[in-house]
Amino acid sequence: MGWAIALHGGAGDIPVNLPPERRLPREEALRHCLDIGVDALKSHKHALDVVELVVRELENHPNFNAGKGSVLTTAGTVEMEACIMDGNTKRCGAVSGLTTVVNPISLSRLVMEKTPHIYLAFDGAEAFAREQGVETVDSSHFITPENVERLKQAKEANRVQIDYTQPIQEDVQKESSAADGDSQIGTVGCVAVDNQGNLAAATSTGGLVNKMVGRIGDTPIIGSGTYANHLCAVSATGKGEAIIHGTVARDVAALMEFKGVSLKEAAACVVEERVPKGNVGLVAVSASGEVTMPFNTTGMFRACATEDGYSEIGIWTSSQN
Amino acid sequence: MGGWAIAVHGGAGVDPKLPAERQEAAKQLLARCLNMGISALRSNFPAIDVVELVVRELETDPLFNSGRGSALTERGTVEMEASIMDGPNRRCGAVSGVTTVKNPVSLARLVMDKSPHSYLAFSGAEEFARQQGVELVDNKYFITEENVGMLKLAKEANSILFDYRIPSVGLETCGAGAAATDNPLQMNGLPISVYAPETVGCVVVDREGRCAAATSTGGLMNKRTGRIGDSPLIGAGTYASNLCGVSCTGEGEAIIRATLARDVAAVMEYKGLGLQEAVDFVIKERLDEGKAGLIAVSRNGEVAYGFNCNGMFRGCATEDGFMEVGIWE
Repeated sequence: MGWAIALHGGAGDIPVNLPPERRLPREEALRHCLDIGVDALKSHKHALDVVELVVRELENHPNFNAGKGSVLTTAGTVEMEACIMDGNTKRCGAVSGLTTVVNPISLSRLVMEKTPHIYLAFDGAEAFAREQGVETVDSSHFITPENVERLKQAKEANRVQIDYTQPIQEDVQKESSAADGDSQIGTVGCVAVDNQGNLAAATSTGGLVNKMVGRIGDTPIIGSGTYANHLCAVSATGKGEAIIHGTVARDVAALMEFKGVSLKEAAACVVEERVPKGNVGLVAVSASGEVTMPFNTTGMFRACATEDGYSEIGIWTSSQN
Repeated sequence: MGGWAIAVHGGAGVDPKLPAERQEAAKQLLARCLNMGISALRSNFPAIDVVELVVRELETDPLFNSGRGSALTERGTVEMEASIMDGPNRRCGAVSGVTTVKNPVSLARLVMDKSPHSYLAFSGAEEFARQQGVELVDNKYFITEENVGMLKLAKEANSILFDYRIPSVGLETCGAGAAATDNPLQMNGLPISVYAPETVGCVVVDREGRCAAATSTGGLMNKRTGRIGDSPLIGAGTYASNLCGVSCTGEGEAIIRATLARDVAAVMEYKGLGLQEAVDFVIKERLDEGKAGLIAVSRNGEVAYGFNCNGMFRGCATEDGFMEVGIWE
């Protein structure tokens, strides 16, 4: 037993030769956010508070695709979504289609705590944010010049490669990774187990570059992008549609619950067998303080630490880091 | 291969005082939809087409809470949601916040077939509907006089019961609230007489052993604008894999927490349970205090249902001639 924490800043086709000006700020942000989470766990904060705190910090960082720095829809707008879940009570909250809320993850927590519902979206979620008095800003706050450029490149690539009437899934990925190597990457998430054995998971994202207006991905869907129960907490990232088909986060827990396998085995099974290669990565912790961070993409921005002193920050498989 | 099987539902959690003529009308509608599905299966339609066809019919009839006859939001508008999933390749499509689309389940199917995404919501879903040229109607088309009356009752009940799920609020000290909690027949915090369950769904396995599931709803009576329930969420209200197809109904939030539809499939896959065992297991073990019901078919041509609340509108049939339409236990 003991606390453990893991966080991610997205999985995908991260080029191994990612230039230092793109790599270093992200590594630094992962380290910074990990430190914040570790300090909070050492101060005996509840796992739910820890994951919210860490994801807020990741949302505020413009290099990740969540909060400020969210990627743009085909209309050039930002539509953010987030989800949080408390393992022991299985209470959860989710939001989609946010355009002005500085920290979507905190609004999802308010949906969990202050409404009889789990999931609010679009205008209704924005109205709820106003009622709750959370910090809101003009939508332009979230839009970075880098993401304007990404959208432009994605649209150019799209013109030749995507006919929306044809469901050619392979092309979706080819197109977006061709844009600049990491355009689709950067959903953020955090999972934690505290000293009391409380588990929690949180995930936040701007979604997919050039996504259709109104598109909902895996992040806010309980059991797909985010899940926690008394056994484990999971946050997934990657190609949303594949993660939804695979009910990825719930399946890690279901394998532990119904098949009796360990966290590492369950996570490896889901990543290797239930989702096509190149589509998913996840971070997970168990009630007993284990941590695992598998992915079947080229890389995943990730970090973890456990009470016994283990700590890791990485992007590619260990031999490439 | 065990032949085809089909099940339909029109929601779980039924007022025991529901007038007999309305019970009869519900049973007739379920039987009509079941027969429509059976004809399609006999003509070798694939499961995915059959679930869409049957749910369209349920949406179009004003009796249940989907399409025409949908429950109303607190503003008196209709916001519908639906999802569909094809078992063999686990492809799926979902929509939420649809306000003018006559058949939301067919829009969910188009999201699956014609968009690179799995789930579109609100104005984006409406825009996609226009692009695809599906039949659109004015929001008023969906609003029935009966539901306008129900909304009024729900608002009256809600003034007492709002935030019933939040223990810290301490509303239980309110006298009227205490009286209401004495009534065991509640769903989603509303007295069962004004609760509009009646989400619709259909699950099918065809002769080739392909499973599919579809669910459609207007959501909760008097819901907040923007509230998303379990129906459009893959793994919660709807799920299909190569093993089975599942559609759930009831208290949405309990179904979401339980990932109820996926869990039927998960206990078959990971625990080796049979279909009815799997259904019984999730209803008993996974809902905690929540109330819900579900229908399911397996690739072997079995059909099963289960619920832990007061009644479920349902019907099922299998190729070997079995057919049942019922409301109560």
